[in-house]
Amino acid sequence: MGCSIRASPFRSARPDPTQPFPRLPHRYSDTAKRPSGWMGIHRGHNARPLEWIAEKFIFTVSLSAIAMVFLIFLFVGREALPVFLGDTDSALVQTVIPSKDMEKIAPDRLARYLGMSVSELKTKDADTLRTMMEIREEAANEVPAAVRDDKDATANTTEWKYLLKPHQWTGYSKPEYIWQPVSAIHKYNLVPLVIGSLKTTLIGLAFAVPLSLAAAIYVSQLAPPSWKEWIKPGIEFLSGIPSVVLGAFAFLVLAGFLHDIFGYRYRLNAFVAGIALGLTAVPLIFSIAEDALTSVPRSYVQAALALGASKWQTAWQVVLPAAAPGVFAAIVLGFGRCIGETMVVLIASGNASVVSWDIFDSTRSLTATIAAEMAEAVNGGHHYRVLFMLGTMLFAVTFATNLLGDAVMHRLKKQR
Amino acid sequence: MSTPIPAAAAGRRFDRKRPDIASGLFTGLTGLATFGILAILAAILGNILYHGLPGLSWRFVSTIPRKDMFEPESAAVLSMIVGTSIRVMIMTIFVIPIGVITAVYLTEYAASGSIYTRIIRVAIANLAGVPSIVFGLFGLGFFINFIGKNLDQLTHQSGPLFGKPTVLWASLTLAVMTMPVVIVATEEALKAIPPGLREASLALGATKLETILKIVLPNALPGILTGAILAISRAAGEVAPILFTGVAYYMADLPSKLTDQFMDLGYHAFVLSTQSDNIEKTRPILYATVLVLLMLTFSLNAIGIIVRARIRKAMRAGH
Repeated sequence: MGCSIRASPFRSARPDPTQPFPRLPHRYSDTAKRPSGWMGIHRGHNARPLEWIAEKFIFTVSLSAIAMVFLIFLFVGREALPVFLGDTDSALVQTVIPSKDMEKIAPDRLARYLGMSVSELKTKDADTLRTMMEIREEAANEVPAAVRDDKDATANTTEWKYLLKPHQWTGYSKPEYIWQPVSAIHKYNLVPLVIGSLKTTLIGLAFAVPLSLAAAIYVSQLAPPSWKEWIKPGIEFLSGIPSVVLGAFAFLVLAGFLHDIFGYRYRLNAFVAGIALGLTAVPLIFSIAEDALTSVPRSYVQAALALGASKWQTAWQVVLPAAAPGVFAAIVLGFGRCIGETMVVLIASGNASVVSWDIFDSTRSLTATIAAEMAEAVNGGHHYRVLFMLGTMLFAVTFATNLLGDAVMHRLKKQR
Repeated sequence: MSTPIPAAAAGRRFDRKRPDIASGLFTGLTGLATFGILAILAAILGNILYHGLPGLSWRFVSTIPRKDMFEPESAAVLSMIVGTSIRVMIMTIFVIPIGVITAVYLTEYAASGSIYTRIIRVAIANLAGVPSIVFGLFGLGFFINFIGKNLDQLTHQSGPLFGKPTVLWASLTLAVMTMPVVIVATEEALKAIPPGLREASLALGATKLETILKIVLPNALPGILTGAILAISRAAGEVAPILFTGVAYYMADLPSKLTDQFMDLGYHAFVLSTQSDNIEKTRPILYATVLVLLMLTFSLNAIGIIVRARIRKAMRAGH
């Protein structure tokens, strides 16, 4: 019959080899660059409202990760805001407003005096407020005279100069950095905690970085390929151990073991915590560095070997420099991991807030301080606010390290 | 014909017979580091197993602690096992749908280079790196002090019902924390599905939504389950996020409502190692508690790793 293959309409649809190949959408998505009407609904015979709703819904849910990062920043920061703005007053002896003057003072001043927000103030009736003011008055009168006459009794210790600079407190011979929030005069100097965090983190990195980098080089370059399948999951298994278990292990075994070797004075100290902290960072650093080293093109290695470089020269002088950004990202992310780790430091560091760079001294980190003291801090009080400020600082630091590490890794992926 | 190789260049660098001491040393040192890490891992597990097993008994894991938790005769962990299980179960209910939908968006809908995708990915990477104690603060500041207190005001509670630490808030905090784990695992599973499967479904006239619901997600189910298991094993061992959001030092009864507090295995291990006045006496209890926690997280982790390895193998075969 006349209906031959030659006459088939598909034949004529064949691209003309002289013409450039038509551009195809690079995804199968039917939403890619299609002309669409109002909000994408009126698309002629292609209109599919359900599909449209589903897509928008899925998109909205996928934004929740962004929303969460925002909310964390917002709500941790919100609780800390009064400290940043200087709205908290932690002075032991404050100017007492007599309760009979309640009607005379402005509501915002009254709210701050009673340590609540203006909206909370409006929910309370006058009698409750009067009672609260009387309680304040009595409490102020009960402070022993010796403490009341202390020159620091009226100092608002949440001011920046007390938070960051050394201060000569009564009874001390020279200005010192002191974190002592539960004493009669609340001393909130951040320096001991920052030093504690940095000290344990640096010890942890000094232990974890060489170890995990060496392991990454070995696994990616030198080990027999069949071993790799066993070693890699083995090391990554370490990340499955909960940090509280590592902390308990450090407390039960590591502290005694290291004590027998180094013979230090305090059984729990920055060194023990640092080593245990390093163990939590090893799988992370190893895994990222190993990925970076493995993704160095095989041709680099072959070229180096063909030029007569030995195996170790190839690994050390060719592969490692080529993977340097990935290794850098691994170390940066390892730093973020170490400085944010809580339970290990809380259990194994001894928790003494002293300013000292001696690695065998007991120490107290930012994270451990938050974990240990939040339970005894009054909700909404100055101690509570200062602890949230520590949390905001931690979040800011890890946010920066994460962004940096992520940016480096993203650039690497783009290159390859 | 060919120019003779100068003697200097033909020297020892090409002499393959010389033993390569530097390489041997380098391989030895890096190998030592590798097996050192594995040895430390083995030492931790072995030590806990060796000291923990004698303290483990049926009575220990099946009794609600009524008397002294620090006495070897009366110490028990049933309340803690139940508390930990409940909080991870509630967490799973919240985190799986959100995580899976986000992963579906990233693999099925998003154009790979778009700015949204990039920002979402940065947010996920960031969320994964937020310190766990900051999640605890977030739970306290957001769930308890903001949502909880406002809920109490709206429903006119006489005392705090939602505006205090509860198992619900602890679970939600953990759900926020484990979101990246679920997203990454699900994404991996979705990427492993050969594109031909989707194309075949679309070519047969199925819409995109139908393809996702009937072809893509069922095929990705093992991967989604892996994500769930990894999230659970991660959450089960975390203590810092629940410190202020729901955990209790001691409770006489098991939690029965969403607004109850709960006891927790990891927190109990922390309590045993820091609050005991006679560590020699509590040491066996601490070891046994840690062993129970490890067994719980490791059995989950092992399942996750095995399923994940199988998916990766299938992915390699599929491409």
